[in-house]
Amino acid sequence: MTTYDEERIADLLRLLKPAPEAWVKAAQELPPASRKLDEIVEKARADAEFRRALIADLEAALAAEGYVPDPQLRDAVRRRLDSE
Amino acid sequence: MTDAELVARCRMGDDDCWRELVDRYSRYVYAIAVQAFRLPEQDADDVFQEVFARAYEHLDRLRDDSALRPWLAQLTRRLCIDTLRSGSREQPAGDSVEIEGPDNLIEQLDEALAVHEAMRTLPDHCAEILDRFFARDESYRTIGAALELPSGTVASRISRCLTRLRGELEGTGRNPATAQSGGWR
Repeated sequence: MTTYDEERIADLLRLLKPAPEAWVKAAQELPPASRKLDEIVEKARADAEFRRALIADLEAALAAEGYVPDPQLRDAVRRRLDSE
Repeated sequence: MTDAELVARCRMGDDDCWRELVDRYSRYVYAIAVQAFRLPEQDADDVFQEVFARAYEHLDRLRDDSALRPWLAQLTRRLCIDTLRSGSREQPAGDSVEIEGPDNLIEQLDEALAVHEAMRTLPDHCAEILDRFFARDESYRTIGAALELPSGTVASRISRCLTRLRGELEGTGRNPATAQSGGWR
């Protein structure tokens, strides 16, 4: 069994500072963001006009479909479209 | 909930469990990037997001669901080294970054994580006051104002809660050295 004194415990508690809240929130939002990305890519595969609109003006095309075209989403869609 | 249960539920698409997983390991990943590898803030942010993105994408490759911690540590470490290497390529010759594996510090972070997990099992008022004082560096005055307690009470409560945490650690025999090692499938 490991033994601890209070000073050692305090030192160990000090080591784990909270990560910036925005970083944590962004990581926590990965699953819904990933589903949204899949939905957009699927729609682009099925709808040539939507795909052309995305390539011509990504931000406007996403907004027109009701998505909030934040930079993370735009980058993710662009990467997926480029890789296909 | 154990790590194994958490991972299993994340694989089934439980978003709340994914949030819990990130919450449980965010400080650990952050500490490896910032303290062990001393990455600047922007690089640390990139590594932090990449670690969780890859973890989310490759959860099914985890060989042993209970080995989440070493898996995340390995992933973070590899991405930190890649980041430092790509940075060192842009530096003049003779000014290259020394990339040593900061094993000792990562071992301490493993131990710190075990202590942090034990702290989370304490009553909320204990966990909160210890976290505010030690991890968030808040003063007695700030804590007192937030929790509506006199400073003297804050000090005595920190002391009592620390003793309680010690009892929890020694009573349950939490020891990160016994944690299983993990890796990619």
